[in-house]
Amino acid sequence: MKKVIMGNHALSYGAMLSRSQVISAYPITPQTQVVELLSEMCADGTLQAKFIKVESEHSAMASCIGASVAGARTFTATSAQGLALMHEMLHWASGGRLPIVMGNINRAMAPGWSIWTDQNDSLSQRDTGWMQFYCSSNQEVLDTTIQAFKIAETAGIPAMVVLDAFALSHTYEVVDIPDQAKVDAFLPSYKPYARLTPDAPCAFDGLTGPEHYFELRYKLQKDMEKVPALFNETSREFEKIFGRRLEAVEPYLCDDAEIILVTSGTAGFTARVAVDEMRKDGIKVGNLRIRMFRPFPFDDVRRLLAKVPKIAVLDRNISYGYHGIFCQEVKSALNGSGSKSPVFGFIAGLGGRDITVASFREVVDITRGQSTPAEEINWIGVKK
Amino acid sequence: MPIKRDAKKIVYTSEQEMPQMPMSQGSMLWNKTGSWRNIRPEIDLGKCNQCGICWKFCPDMSIVIENEFPAVDYDFCKGCGICAEECPTKCIVMVEERK
Repeated sequence: MKKVIMGNHALSYGAMLSRSQVISAYPITPQTQVVELLSEMCADGTLQAKFIKVESEHSAMASCIGASVAGARTFTATSAQGLALMHEMLHWASGGRLPIVMGNINRAMAPGWSIWTDQNDSLSQRDTGWMQFYCSSNQEVLDTTIQAFKIAETAGIPAMVVLDAFALSHTYEVVDIPDQAKVDAFLPSYKPYARLTPDAPCAFDGLTGPEHYFELRYKLQKDMEKVPALFNETSREFEKIFGRRLEAVEPYLCDDAEIILVTSGTAGFTARVAVDEMRKDGIKVGNLRIRMFRPFPFDDVRRLLAKVPKIAVLDRNISYGYHGIFCQEVKSALNGSGSKSPVFGFIAGLGGRDITVASFREVVDITRGQSTPAEEINWIGVKK
Repeated sequence: MPIKRDAKKIVYTSEQEMPQMPMSQGSMLWNKTGSWRNIRPEIDLGKCNQCGICWKFCPDMSIVIENEFPAVDYDFCKGCGICAEECPTKCIVMVEERK
């Protein structure tokens, strides 16, 4: 059934259709509608799930962890300061190998107090051992949520579904909401690797000495490394049932491109429009949108970027003292691949400033005008 | 998955035989925490009224009831002193460990 819904509700429908059994969340702008709709669904019986009201995001993740250890399919959603407050618990979820799925609405970190979008909140959680998938449309939000449960439960690794504040969270788009039967066929009920039960008593996540901790981390990394292949496999299954394909990276007119714009999130769809316009002007430009940030799709990025004459990475985030975060990941992916393509780094749209077609034109103008980058960081739209 | 139960400390020699998450697969009986103790509870059974409060409050299950009277399992008692604090007849006193 097709419906016009907001990005936040696409997350709620994704969690509902995935038959989440426990939802625990604390409301925060711009995430509120995600859990508002889910709490209504739990209250009126549309969704047979336990909705746990908590006093903070730290507790929200803590109760998700408890529910997941007990063997329930578990969902939550948050944003920015709320995600930061969860930080400690994010490690407990990934270290405990619990396939919790969480929606995170990208919102800039305070101060200055902001409710508008940028990616520094989720990217600050880069090394917690969570998978991260960045979405560009409401359909993708819904599809990714369902797919995230499948990947998370197969890999035993929690997953974050990430979408831009307002640009997606509060934007209404047509979304095909699939039949429950189709989702059930794609996503069978959760079968935990091990769970807390009186039938087989054991304790989880206790003291682990130097003789074992190292191996647990090794196993987490090895299982992370299997995710790109698992992602492609689940994408094929998903396409068979729903007719839509979700790629870890999405190339657009990259084959003959002289410049490839590397983007993520909603800026990725704006980049497509910019590419179409610039192509009409005879500029050979393409777009590579990165959906899966963790694990980083090194092989795809190398395959698609290693031979392009110039690469321009647009980041709506920054690692202070170094660079845009996608930019540094792209550079590290190309290192050792033999690629001589110069990588131009751009920062734009922090704190919710719009990234427009004009922004991408400026990016391309700068990239065309230099054989190698004159600046480590090119700032798009700073009032200098 | 099969769960190993053993009173001996389990040490894995390969990551392949380990579960993917930290989970106890045996008892902690090998871990004799009594060696952590600086002060030890001593019970004067003459004053004991058999209320069982020490047994109930001990966080490490180191008070055992023998013939309806409490006794201390010194292999595991860490010497926290909760039993002495809670005892209504003050029949438990904490004394310094001798070498």
